[in-house]
Amino acid sequence: MFDEELLTLDDFSVTYEVEPPVEAVRNVSLSLRRGEILGLAGESGCGKTTLAYGIQRLLKPPAVITSGRTVFHDESGVDIDINSLDAAALRAFRWDKASMVFQGAMNSLNPVLSIGDQLGDVFEAHRPGMSRRERTRETGDLLDLVKVGRNRLRSYPHELSGGMRQRVMIAMALALRPQLMIMDEPTTALDVLVQREILDEISQLREQFGFSVIFITHDLPLLLEISDRIAIMLEGRIVELDTPEHIYRSPAHPYTKRLLESFPSLTGDRGAFIRDGEPAGARS
Amino acid sequence: MSFFLRRAAFYLFTAWAAITINFFLPRMLKGDPITAYLARNQGKVSPEAIDSLRILFGLDNPKPIWQQYIEYWGSLLSGDLGVSLSKGLAPVSAVIADALPWTLGLVGVSTIVSFVIGTGIGTFIGWRRGSRAEAIVPIATFLSTVPYFWLGLIVISVFSTTLRWFPASHAYSKGTIPNFSFEFIGDVIYHSALPAFTIVLTSLGGWVLGMRNMMVTVLDEDYVTVAQAKGLSPFRVMYGYAARNAVLPQLSSFALSLGFIVGGTLIMEMIFSYPGLGLRLFEATLAKDYPLMQGMFLVITLSVLVANILADVVYAIMDPRSRQEAAS
Repeated sequence: MFDEELLTLDDFSVTYEVEPPVEAVRNVSLSLRRGEILGLAGESGCGKTTLAYGIQRLLKPPAVITSGRTVFHDESGVDIDINSLDAAALRAFRWDKASMVFQGAMNSLNPVLSIGDQLGDVFEAHRPGMSRRERTRETGDLLDLVKVGRNRLRSYPHELSGGMRQRVMIAMALALRPQLMIMDEPTTALDVLVQREILDEISQLREQFGFSVIFITHDLPLLLEISDRIAIMLEGRIVELDTPEHIYRSPAHPYTKRLLESFPSLTGDRGAFIRDGEPAGARS
Repeated sequence: MSFFLRRAAFYLFTAWAAITINFFLPRMLKGDPITAYLARNQGKVSPEAIDSLRILFGLDNPKPIWQQYIEYWGSLLSGDLGVSLSKGLAPVSAVIADALPWTLGLVGVSTIVSFVIGTGIGTFIGWRRGSRAEAIVPIATFLSTVPYFWLGLIVISVFSTTLRWFPASHAYSKGTIPNFSFEFIGDVIYHSALPAFTIVLTSLGGWVLGMRNMMVTVLDEDYVTVAQAKGLSPFRVMYGYAARNAVLPQLSSFALSLGFIVGGTLIMEMIFSYPGLGLRLFEATLAKDYPLMQGMFLVITLSVLVANILADVVYAIMDPRSRQEAAS
């Protein structure tokens, strides 16, 4: 399942052209395999989010992509060079091939449109042939899938809790069955229990639909648990990229060590952090 | 449901308070209407007429104020606002009914046109933040600081006195009788060109700036980025996501300005001698024509209330969050 490549980043750099210029992402080369969860960890301001937005070309001035190629290997066998897409082709690519779940669960939904409308306009934009009835059925199914329930279709964002809103965002990201989902700190604003539920949800959905995930967070212990591979980012560069096993047992870069040490554990014994109460070995 | 009852109660209370203040305010002013009337018609009114006027206005034997208040309510509810002293004792309601359509037509239409154009321009330049369209911003700032009476005088001197393109005053040509023929309506539009132009131009800047600034704020919201990441068309993102949220504060100001249509254009109507409420109010104040003033104030107050109710309704339709407050 992990043999095929899905996304290849080659020498990718982003600069914020302010005075003085900030090189937020520097010469990042990375390949993401089909179906894997790639964790991207690093402190605030290290360029994680800029990298994620850069892949989708969502950056706004003064941010400029200064170098690099982003190639998406579509399941149809066609390679898509994201940086060379024109505006219309880019719109068609977004969400259909690669969707996103954003950091702010509270602000990701438009406060004046109903949940159903906001899920539906994805289909309106990408599946123009769909009838209204099909759209309603499809959006209802999505809400059932993330356990929000189709009876919430006519609700507005302010009527939902933070956890439910993030579930709606995940449902939205799933809508077109994309091959890649970029998740930018999807659980940061939520409490630990809801966080756990949502993570389980994501793992389960990934097994069901087989999409790849780029999971961005500053929470390294969380990544150790859920990722297939972890990239450690420092000052715009990827300083280490390895399996959780290696990152945890034998971190190569001094920054990775520092990052691991910075998380206190309940027992005082480094490495004893276990989030769901199971011993680390019990998870398959 | 209880929300609507509470709102209704609120508006009823406000209406009552406004009408009551409207009753007391003129009674606190110095001087009385008859003296002012006599001063204007010096020597032309016989002593007998003076006496009958005093009786007519209840000034011969002053009733206690509470009795006046009750009678005031009684006649108000039967649509009787008294007679105007300065307009040859014509019923106040007739004087107002005569002036109101002109003000509503001129200022109402200009305000709506200005709001629609201004919000449209604001949406566009907010969306194109940082592009050459931004050049409109300093122009809009300038326009919003220009006093409209000053612009009105300039417009008259350029387009009327010098170029003779448009008439400088009145609502229609002298000698024509108001009717609903195309000819007359054309004449009215021709006469309203300069004042309407002045009102639109001076209020446009505020709408442009307000909408542009809200657009810039809203464009930084996460849900706009999400909409773009979803691959929606720029049109859908601009209207359905950005402008749809940015317009909400605009609507409140629009409702306020609708309320001021009736009362807020006194100087404009003076400059253009436009036969609307503003001009009548000005004349009534000079003539100490209390009944007319009272009637005017009443109409102005009620129109502000109606505009507020309208704003409430529109807001409830446009913003689901305000409906939730309704439920709680």
